[in-house]
Parts: sequence; C-alpha cells; structure tokens
Amino acid sequence: MLVARNGRSDSLTLEGRVVSPTQGIDESLRIRVEDGVVVAIEPADAGRVVIAPAFVDPHVHLRTPGREDEETIRSGTEAAARGGYCAILAMPNTDPVVDSMSVLGALVERAREEAVVPTGFMAAISKGQKGEELTEMAELAAGGAAAFTDDGRPVVSAGLMRRALQYSGLTTLRLALHCEEPSLSRGGHAHEGVVSAELGIGPYPSAAESVMVERDLSLSAAEDRPIHLMHLSARESVAALDAALANGAHATGEVTPHHLVLTDEAVRSLDPNTKMNPPLRSADDREALRDALRRGAITCVATDHAPHARHEKDVPFEDAPFGVTGLETAFAALHTHLVIPGVMSLETVLERMSAGPARAFGLDEPRIEVGARANLVSLDLDAEWTVAEDSFRSLSANSWLLGETLRGRIVQTVADGRLVYEA
Amino acid sequence: MSDPRATTAPRRHLLSVADLTRDDVERVLDTASSLAASIDREVKKLPTLRGRTVVNLFYESSTRTLASFELAAKRLSADTMSIRSAGSSVDKGESLKDTALTLAAYDPDVIVMRHPSIGAPQLVARLTDAHVVNAGDGKHQHPTQALLDLYAIREALGRLDGVRVAIVGDVLHSRVARSLVQALTLVGGETVLVGPPTLVPRGIGGLGCEISHRISAIGDADVVYVLRMQRERIGEAFVPSLREYTALYGITPARVRAGQVVMHPGPMNRGIEIDPRVADSEQALVTDQVRAGLVVRMAVLYDVLTVAPVEARERAEVA
Repeated sequence: MLVARNGRSDSLTLEGRVVSPTQGIDESLRIRVEDGVVVAIEPADAGRVVIAPAFVDPHVHLRTPGREDEETIRSGTEAAARGGYCAILAMPNTDPVVDSMSVLGALVERAREEAVVPTGFMAAISKGQKGEELTEMAELAAGGAAAFTDDGRPVVSAGLMRRALQYSGLTTLRLALHCEEPSLSRGGHAHEGVVSAELGIGPYPSAAESVMVERDLSLSAAEDRPIHLMHLSARESVAALDAALANGAHATGEVTPHHLVLTDEAVRSLDPNTKMNPPLRSADDREALRDALRRGAITCVATDHAPHARHEKDVPFEDAPFGVTGLETAFAALHTHLVIPGVMSLETVLERMSAGPARAFGLDEPRIEVGARANLVSLDLDAEWTVAEDSFRSLSANSWLLGETLRGRIVQTVADGRLVYEA
Repeated sequence: MSDPRATTAPRRHLLSVADLTRDDVERVLDTASSLAASIDREVKKLPTLRGRTVVNLFYESSTRTLASFELAAKRLSADTMSIRSAGSSVDKGESLKDTALTLAAYDPDVIVMRHPSIGAPQLVARLTDAHVVNAGDGKHQHPTQALLDLYAIREALGRLDGVRVAIVGDVLHSRVARSLVQALTLVGGETVLVGPPTLVPRGIGGLGCEISHRISAIGDADVVYVLRMQRERIGEAFVPSLREYTALYGITPARVRAGQVVMHPGPMNRGIEIDPRVADSEQALVTDQVRAGLVVRMAVLYDVLTVAPVEARERAEVA
C-alpha cells in the first residue's frame, strides 16, 4: 500500500530519551539499527534528544499530477521527512483525479522513483469526484489504493454514500470523508460567529460539517462499514462522534494542528493563510477538539497539508483558495502550543501523530523493538527556530506559522530503515 | 525572493472604523465642519493638497462615492486620477497585486479604493507606499460612509453622545451597517439592528448593538437608518418576496414619528425599503448625507496625509 524510492537501508545508532507511548517505553536508551532493522536496544545515558516512533500523516495533498508547481512527490515527501514522518497518505483531488487504475498506477510508479518517505495514495469514491458514479474500487484496491475519499468535496448524495459504503465492502479499505453540506457552506469563507458577523465575511456554520458527520455516522452504522472522518472542526461533530462511539461505531476521526491551535480570531488579520476548509472555529470548538484528542475519541493528528502557489494566496481574503501547509511544522506547532503550556502531554501528541493514524488506516504501527524496521524520529525539544518563507522543503510556503518562533525541532527521521532527514 | 513590500515608516490609512479612536473620529468631523465653513465663506477650492496625487481605484460600480471622492480631492487642489475596473487592465485579468504595483510606480500619495473582496485595501496598503482609504470592501467596511453619517447626524441633532439609531434591513450584506455600528459605539451612540432573522448575522451582537426582528423597535430611535433591499435576496431565499419585506419592514409615514430623522446611504429603492413620502419629507436627511460626504471625504484625505499614525503619536507622547 505504501511505496517509496528503492534504495539502501541504513545503519546508525540513536541515543536519547526514548518515548513510545503505545509500548509504555520512556527511558534513556541506545537504539542500534543495521541495514534498516533495529538490532539492539540497550540502556544509555540520558541524551539531548527524544526518540519516538516516527509520524504518520493520513492527510496530505501532493498536488501531483496537475499542479507540480505547488508540490511534487519528491518535494512533498522531503517536507514530510523534515517533519518527522515515516509514512503519508496522499489525497486524490488532483488533475486528473485519482479515480482509475491508469492514474493510480502512474502515481505509484512515480513514487517508486521519487518518494523519499513511504507514500500511500487514496483513490476517489466517485468518478471525477463528481458524486455521481462509483470508481472501480475493487481494481483500485488491488492496485494499491490506501483508502477511498472525495476529499476537497463532500459526497453530497446520501444515496451514493450508502452505495459507496456497501460496495467498498468488497475491499478492506475504508472511506475517508470530507463532511460538508454545500447548501449550508456555500459562500462561506469563515466560521459563522462573532468574527464573521463583525467582519462581514461569508459565514460557514458549524452545522455545515456536523449534519454530514451525523448523516455519515448513521449510514456507517446502518451498513456496518467503517468510516474515517477527516479534519473535524466543530464541537457538534465531536458530540456526534462521541455518541456514535458509545454505540460501538466503527469510526475514527482526525484533527489538524491549525484547528487545535488557532481560533477564528486569527481571521481578523485577513491573512489568506488563516483561510482553511473547514474554517477555524471558536475557542469553544477548539476546546472540544483538544478534549477529544486527549480522550482518544479523535485518534489522529492530520496536517491536511495543502500547498498553494504564492500568487494564489497573494490576493484578498475572500478571493484566496482554502488551505495551508503543515508537514514541516506540525510537531513543533503542537509542542509549542499544546505540550509546553500543559494543554496536552508529549505522549498524547506523539501517539496521535503516529500509532493513531496508522491504526485508523490499517498501516503497520511504527514501533521501537528489536527485529522491526526502523521508523524513528529524533526530536530536540529545546531547539527554537523561526518559520521563514524560504525555509521550506515544500515547494509552497502558505503556512499559518510564517514568522513565528517555535520550540521543538526534528533532528533525524528514519523511515522504513532509511535515514531520510538529518538537521 | 520576497515581495517588494513596503517597509517605510508607518503611515496613516483609513481601512476600517475598528482602527479609529474616538479622538480620530472627532478630529475628522471637526475638520469637516471647518472645511464646510470655509467653502461657504470663501472660495470653493482650497490649496491644501496642491501637488499631491489621489488615485481612485474602483472595482465595483459606484456613482456617488466615486464622484464624492473625486470632487473632494479637486476641492483640495490635489491631482486626481480615477480607474474603474471596466475597460482597464483589470478586464484583461491583471491581478490586484499587479495593478497596485503599477499604480505605485506613479508614487500616489493616496489610493482610494473600492473592491468586492474583504481585505483588498489591506493588500494594497501592504504593497504600496500610499496612504490607503477604503471606499468599501466586500461586506466588510465603508468607513467614510460611517463618518459622513455621523457628521450628518451631528448637524441634524446637535450631538452624537447618547443618540439612538435604528438600522433597518439587510444587515448581513451591508458594510454600511457594520461600519456605522462601530462608529456609533465609538462616540457614545446606541444602535438597534432591525430586520428579518435571515438578514441579521448571527454573532453581530458582539459589536455591542441590540437586535430586533420587529419594526416597532424603531419607535424609540432618534435616527431611522434604512438599508437597501436587493431583489437578489429572494432567489437566495433570505426573504420570500419584496412585497412581504415591504409590509414588514418598509419605512412608511405611519411608522416614523415626529422628531425622528430618516437616513439612507443610497441608492434608494423607493416603494420597497422606503416609502417615497418619507424619502421626500423634511425628516429625510438623504441629500444632507451627500453634502456631508463631500466635506468628510475632504477631511479624511487631509487627515491621512497630515496626522501621524497612532503608534507614532504614542511614541511622541512617551518621549
């Protein structure tokens, strides 16, 4: 399901405070990797860095094919390596859409040449993401698709959603859903609330998300098929997920760093890099998302890394496209804004960035154990760095953190036994 | 490579009422009063801004605002140039950024701009060295309209402190309403927003105004401020018909009491949001608003060019 550039496996030794929340490890250790495999784990003196299972991002836009000026498989996976990721899943809303074996096959082939970090490609739910006809899910699954999604667009028709849930049962893959009721979000550029009312920005109410979350949870339960809810933003959506989970739903959820850190107050700047879909919401919503992530109702941090060309974001707020980049800043942003102020533990952040998303999509959980392929990230929690426009490996720089000084830096990333990034 | 973004000393813009202090508002209104007096007394043209260049950049059709800014600049002896989106390079797909950089090459002192998108004047302020005056951006702000409305109210009622204004109609789509609520709050006035629930945005109470969906709420207001009601709102299902809207919210002689004044930012839809008998009555300040627009815009052009930005003034006070 995941593909990467063929290459050597590395041998190296990492030493520091090893934190692997799912394995209950938190001690000073030396990890020896030979030919990409962990061969020894032994006690060591406390080092300067924290070593953890590397991260998994279930929501990345690589813009390939079609917008290689914004991102390529190479630049996007280099950005992922710099962000501490050992696996990413790419969205199919490209041009053309990844809705057939010919497009998927070409991408997989290209990833074998270019992908620095193992990459999975999601395929569309509907042909052309038009919400009318299903894609050839059986063939796409056999050809290596990682999941199905029409991300960027909702599946508007409840009837088609039901058929997609049913038909995808031919595969082991799940549907990842962008929940948005377009008749409620139309013309919306910011969360409906005090800020949009005061500024006169077209309102995008929370209900535009939550009514679709509720619909899809109902259909998922009725069809007994798992779903993954992407980039949740609203308190009401969290409440719907909680209620469904209490009834034994097979549902997982993800939340982005920007929804965990910012609120719609940031939109007052009219900076196009505060414009995302779904929009930044209220402090109340943010608290519900943080709480859900802490409790484990939401198990994944996903960046929704959405590169945009500079000239497309250098326009007035309402004319700008939705989306911000995130691969290279996700950990540092969460460490700076959640871990250091005591909102969330380091262990929770590490788990939700690694094991959580891997489990949600049936990927191998990155673990630190003898005999396993090395998927490791080494972190300097005290290092400060400033997010600068010219500092990205991504081809795009539409970050919501431009100019901000963050604490916590990726020192090394080992993905599938290869050292793919070193600061 | 970074943009050639302006990094010169902070300079004064008028982008949003939210950026103004009460002192700023009172200073502009007082300047407008003395300009009005000197225009009446002496000649119509003052030499104040001789040698300065004012560019009007209008991306939306506008008759009264553009005319008012053009005349205001000319009355102050500035050189003016007006660019409308129709028939210009904008028609050829030029981005706002490139248009702004092109105009900036002429070193204009002031760029007055109207644009359908919120944030457009902020972008131009960032990209050029000019003082930028917002003449309306999307549904966001129209600060000179708010200032001229305050001026007209002060002329008619002799005060602003404690004045109660009922703003009636399509608040959701109105930059005029947003700017006026903020401006009134700044000078000690009160506002009540009156309109159907679909056209009063959720959260607007955060600006410190009251909200009512009944026309009777205009009863205790000193000023009834009527907003334009557009036919498009029916297709978008905000209201079922203009007929029902007029029945519920139209400003008729029976709904206006003696002593109240009635205002409208224009252009009016007679017979829809405002009864022609009200529009033509002694109580209507509509033409006073247009006259106020000229002197207030003169005062704004003078003010942005001659008064230092707040931060600079604060630094001066500390020193």
